[in-house]
Amino acid sequence: MPDRLPVKKTYKLFIGGAFPRSESGRTYEAEGQNVARASRKDVRDAVRAARAAFPKWAGMTAYNRGQVLYRLAEMIEARAAEFAEYCSGRDEVERTIDRVVWYAGWTDKLAQVLGSSNPVAGPYFNFTVPEPTGVVATLAPDEPALLGIVTRIVPALTGGNAVVAVASEAHPLAGIELAEALATSDVPGGVANILTGYRGELAPWLAAHMDVNAIDVGAANGDAPDLERAAAANVKRVVHGHADTQSPWEVAAFLELKTVWHPVGQ
Amino acid sequence: MSRSYTHLVAQAPALPRGFELPLEPRLPRIGSVDAVALEERAGSLAKRSIKREAKVFALDLAIRMMDLTTLEGQDTPGKVAALASKAIRPDPSDANVPSVAAICVYPNLVPVAVQRVEGMGVKVASVATAFPSGQSPLEAKLDEVRWVVEHGADEVDMVIDRGAFLSGRYAKVYDEIVRVKEACGDTHLKVILEVAELGTYDNVRRASLLAIAAGADFIKTSTGKLPGAATLPVTLCMLEAIRDVHEETGRMVGMKPAGGIRQAKQAVQYLVQLHETLGVDWLTPDLYRLGASSLLNDVLMQLRKEKTGAYQSPDYFTLD
Repeated sequence: MPDRLPVKKTYKLFIGGAFPRSESGRTYEAEGQNVARASRKDVRDAVRAARAAFPKWAGMTAYNRGQVLYRLAEMIEARAAEFAEYCSGRDEVERTIDRVVWYAGWTDKLAQVLGSSNPVAGPYFNFTVPEPTGVVATLAPDEPALLGIVTRIVPALTGGNAVVAVASEAHPLAGIELAEALATSDVPGGVANILTGYRGELAPWLAAHMDVNAIDVGAANGDAPDLERAAAANVKRVVHGHADTQSPWEVAAFLELKTVWHPVGQ
Repeated sequence: MSRSYTHLVAQAPALPRGFELPLEPRLPRIGSVDAVALEERAGSLAKRSIKREAKVFALDLAIRMMDLTTLEGQDTPGKVAALASKAIRPDPSDANVPSVAAICVYPNLVPVAVQRVEGMGVKVASVATAFPSGQSPLEAKLDEVRWVVEHGADEVDMVIDRGAFLSGRYAKVYDEIVRVKEACGDTHLKVILEVAELGTYDNVRRASLLAIAAGADFIKTSTGKLPGAATLPVTLCMLEAIRDVHEETGRMVGMKPAGGIRQAKQAVQYLVQLHETLGVDWLTPDLYRLGASSLLNDVLMQLRKEKTGAYQSPDYFTLD
């Protein structure tokens, strides 16, 4: 007979750097576990947390953001054994870690690669600089369970956005475990928020939310057209992201290009 | 045992003549508001769930009851003009959203405020009597009150002399309110107790009754210049004083919580509390006001959310 009762984990949401249950108190069963089933009010709270966290994250130096993302990779590495249980295995975890490190290196190179100095007909300097879009909503793909959600979240973070992600409905545990790594990394609370629940229930609220500036509907399947229509209300940037891809253009998808005219010789 | 001095401070000094309510015997021993029960009751009223139609009604009422306020050293005529426009038409894209009750400004800005809202159904309230501290000679305070009334203020928000109140000189506090009320004439007088400086609920109740007895048309929680301004329990304490006066004398006194009310949800909680304590008769801008600066945008956002079904962003509402 065991001499102690093991403490079992309660699978909760990740909002504003904390791990609350759904305000609705609901759960659903996924991968043999009871997982929090977020409501529209959790969506509201997560967007509010993301909006509040955004200015600080966007205002950090790019170099510093890279350091923080590198530390996220360290935290995933430290929990590699747990992560392996929630996805296809050790190999997927290693690819995930490498991907985070790869994007961490990109933070302070984006302006050089995506920005430009433009030749114009007049006595002006003309620059184009990339800036983060703001609050990004992401629907995480079902497969691969861990690499998929990281592939969708990290490029948006790299550019300086704050993210509200809806974890895969079928495989949410990797997303919840990722929240543990985010919480122990130096990513400020609220910069990355992870909700679990029914994608079909949560996605329309994110798509229509006036304070969300971009939405990634790559994993929305047949719902994408409806979500895009709802997203039009505040002209959200709509992205169709892939589950397994790695490119600076993934970061660029969540950036705005600002062009500045400046008189020469002043 | 040395000679006790407590009877000197616990006993209110003889109050001047013309005291309207039979409060003299009560004033010294008003004490013992049950703080635990008060906070419990305020807390339980705040948990009411207000759904769609009732919520829209409450939000609409909150706007009609709002004293849109700017009380900053950096206030300019331009800022007050913008505030006045917003007060008249809070949501330029929706004519169904009503005007607020009043705009509340410093004395120097009363003329521009009056000019801007003239004929639009929005009143002008001015703080006066050496707001926010009240630490000036009575004559200076009265001059200030006369000045704002002369320049067209519809309502005067005065502060009580907390220094006098806390040292037990209730008669001075009372007398000042009476004199200010005289100087106001027909202009509505709101008396700010600045509850954060009064320390106890007993003092809040005592100051409330004192202000009402001295002729206040409204009693108001705070200047908004201190942290810990209006709270639900302290407002309930004042509402109960108003209720007791009403039950005893039939007189209806208004209430204005101010300071720290920033979210629509809070505004609804205040209205629930008002309805449960004083009833529907008080659900009017003539008897209840919400003093706020940043509350309006949140209420507008909630109203539009109820209308469109989508959560809103401050990006699409005017800056204050």
